[in-house]
Amino acid sequence: MTSITASTAPTSLWHRLTRLGDREQVLAWLMLSPAVLFIVVLVGTPFLLALFYSLSNVTVGSTEMAFVGLSNFEAITANPTFWRSLGNTFLFTFVSQALVVVLAKVLAMALMKDFRGKWLVRLLVILPWVAPISLGSIGWLWIFDSIYSVLNWGLHQMGWLDPEARLFWLGREDLAMGSIITVHVWRMLPLATIILLAGLSAIPADLHDAAAIDGARFWRHLFQINLPLVMPIMLVAVLFGMVFTFTDMIVIFILTRGGPYDSTQMLASLAYFTGIDGGDLAEGAAISLFLFPLLVVVAVVMLSVAKRSEVT
Amino acid sequence: MAAPTRTQWRKAGARTGHFGILAAFVGFLAFPFYWMLITTFKETRDLLNPDNNPFLFNDPPTLEHLRVLFFDTLYVQWLINTTIVGVLVVGITLLLAIPAGYALARITGVWGQQLGIGIFLTYLVPPTILFIPFSRVISLLNLQDTIWSLVLVYPSFTVPFCTWLMMGFFKAIPRDLEESAMVDGCSRLEAFVRIVVPISIAGILTVVIFSFTLVTQEFVYALTFITSSRELTVSVGVPTFLVRGDVYFWGSLMAACFIASVPTAILYNLFVDRFIAGFTMGAIK
Amino acid sequence: MAIVETRNITKRFGNVPAVDGVDLATREGEFLVFLGPSGCGKTTLLRMIAGLEAPSGGEVLIGGRVVNDLPPRDRNIAMVFQSYALYPHMTVFNNIAFPLKAHRMPKAEIPGKVSWAAGLFGIGHLLDRKPRELSGGERQRVALARAVVREPQVFLLDEPLSNLDAKLRASAREELQQFQRRIATTTIYVTHDQIEAMGLGDRVVVLNQGKVHQVGSPQEVYNDPADTFVAGFLGSPPMNLIERDGYILGFRPEHLLPAEARTGEADAVSFAFRTTRVENLGADRLVYGDLEHAGPPAHVVSRLPSTVPLPVAVGEQHQFIVGRGDLRFFAKDTGQRTAPQPL
Repeated sequence: MTSITASTAPTSLWHRLTRLGDREQVLAWLMLSPAVLFIVVLVGTPFLLALFYSLSNVTVGSTEMAFVGLSNFEAITANPTFWRSLGNTFLFTFVSQALVVVLAKVLAMALMKDFRGKWLVRLLVILPWVAPISLGSIGWLWIFDSIYSVLNWGLHQMGWLDPEARLFWLGREDLAMGSIITVHVWRMLPLATIILLAGLSAIPADLHDAAAIDGARFWRHLFQINLPLVMPIMLVAVLFGMVFTFTDMIVIFILTRGGPYDSTQMLASLAYFTGIDGGDLAEGAAISLFLFPLLVVVAVVMLSVAKRSEVT
Repeated sequence: MAAPTRTQWRKAGARTGHFGILAAFVGFLAFPFYWMLITTFKETRDLLNPDNNPFLFNDPPTLEHLRVLFFDTLYVQWLINTTIVGVLVVGITLLLAIPAGYALARITGVWGQQLGIGIFLTYLVPPTILFIPFSRVISLLNLQDTIWSLVLVYPSFTVPFCTWLMMGFFKAIPRDLEESAMVDGCSRLEAFVRIVVPISIAGILTVVIFSFTLVTQEFVYALTFITSSRELTVSVGVPTFLVRGDVYFWGSLMAACFIASVPTAILYNLFVDRFIAGFTMGAIK
Repeated sequence: MAIVETRNITKRFGNVPAVDGVDLATREGEFLVFLGPSGCGKTTLLRMIAGLEAPSGGEVLIGGRVVNDLPPRDRNIAMVFQSYALYPHMTVFNNIAFPLKAHRMPKAEIPGKVSWAAGLFGIGHLLDRKPRELSGGERQRVALARAVVREPQVFLLDEPLSNLDAKLRASAREELQQFQRRIATTTIYVTHDQIEAMGLGDRVVVLNQGKVHQVGSPQEVYNDPADTFVAGFLGSPPMNLIERDGYILGFRPEHLLPAEARTGEADAVSFAFRTTRVENLGADRLVYGDLEHAGPPAHVVSRLPSTVPLPVAVGEQHQFIVGRGDLRFFAKDTGQRTAPQPL
């Protein structure tokens, strides 16, 4: 029996490494472990630490760390600011997400057609998403400025506002929440639109033709063909948006600092002000942990969407 | 020429409506940047005069704000810091995410899909939960107030998502190519390095742009870990240090925002399609 | 009255005419096939009839009315796509019911209609399933049921059998033809497969590069091709075409036989044929070879049924003949069919 002998035994390091590269299981683990390890250490450990801190009396100033049971949580839940923040966070998240979904659907449909200058339109559309959030928010800060706001100027010009009056976009409780929601919708719209565009493009052209022949007009087509087929990916966009909105503190930090009178305080910003500004790390950690339940819900929903979408 | 038919009227109406919708959205989304651009070049007294039409240059345009921004503030230093952090973090991310993405796309079996989703989900753990314990860890490691704290921590959110993206890109490459290389004499590792990686350059570039963008946008960690102005990134430096007391130097502020936003956006725009392709490919078996 | 008619219909994409001035009229209740290679414009023509593409010029008439400005839903047509285009998120029942709902049929009448349509194709037991749970053949029948349910004036079928595997295709073809005869609705069928065209069509429209080359029954286009394109497109292997004396001579492989096979025929043309290759296909043999004659070298094929003995081995020369009635003559410059020439 003839045998095909390999060339002379490998001696160089590269050669030995590549022989190792033939054992697929080993290779798989080698390639995966740095990333997995890194994630476990840098995401898992701090998370556990957050849990631990919330049950301790850690502060910025001292190195003391003693177990105090649920006293942080008791302090938090006794504080009306916390409940206000929790309510605000839900309101903020659901209203802005609802707006984003509807607006993104309209914009995605408008972007489906080809037209001249489409690349420029797309560039302008993704600007809010790509620009650093803090900087975009500062832009809005200038637009919302109580004295020099271009919005106020515009309203004066159109006669809808008394020349002497000013709208305190960030200073009045109801307006402040509306302004925050506007900025957040502005920021999240591009990502949702792009994801939805991908979903719309994935619908085979034949289906639209068949529906046209079968007799579907605009609204029937939209609700019975278009929307159901885009639903899975829309769900992904919504879930993403919810996570980013629910856990955001940047927009609030820049625009209102949680004011006026905590009317725009959110869980994440409250955690920052309590933990870092205020120095009480333990209580800050405890507040931030209230973000977690929603994330679990989102994760579960995403997993079930992933399972169900393996069907064509 | 005959009068327009009903169909032609309907088509013209649809086109106008289409244009109107696009104009409204583009207006809403791009307006703040346009506003930044104009404000950059307007005289301060023009800006601070509430009776002036803000859309006009009531005084001639000026480069004063840009001068102040670049020479009187630490803006340039912040840009440098951000770039350094960006480059290093992108490098670390590539080193970790490319092999991991490949392993998940190819070698591992059914549980590979689960692991992939698991990694992806860690992206959803927000900085606003982790920043408090991190602040303590960073000070224990004596990385407080340096950009190295960011270089260490930023990959925690770039690596999960980029692994998912790379997994998607690698899945799109037919196995035939590597198998052909292996028959020709490569081991799987060699096939990966010599065949797969060069073909995936477009996907890798997408990951590079995406991670870099994530780095430039990050705010919470930078705000928490760094306090002295010289070490800040643009994202935190501008809001915290370009405001002296209660006075906002709007001209320079807007200039700072515009310069740090638009170039990245142009670059990003070139890669958005691939980004979406990789993102959705990761979800398909 | 012709149910479907096109008058000088044209479609341009940029400067390229995909359909270049086509005039057609269907006969009532007929099965009309558009046949041609990929890119010949047959699908574009079908889509213009359906209203999915707007013509660059010319008119489309359905039921005697010019329908150029009518959207597809108002043309009283139905279409089956190559991919079937079933709505993946709806059950089979809802897929079939969709056109009825879109045309505002009273709700009470819908289930009856749907079961009637489903019954025609034997898929009544599948009504609760979703498309992804069905086999290829079942999906095709759902697509047909959906097309039939509105009882349209015209059926348009765009290569509906090409996604089925070969075995299934033959039986599906038979079912399709029987079904069409039963409901007697004018049907236009697009295909690139000439066997399908010959087997299914009452008449065949042969298209190439946006123009109609010939319209006729399968026998007509096969036996009396209008030009060299039609002659070369129909038949497998295609008609032998050789250049001779300034014109083109054509004859089908089954008409090129060894001299012994056709004894006693006075009116035949004889060729010296040198065999190069023989393919044994079971029921037939294909004999490839070169004709030695007064003209440029010609490589031709002869089809011999296995019942006829082959008197020559590979590499040898033999006399092969073609009956004069089986010869076809084409002009050398235009390829058009001409009257018989003296030999």
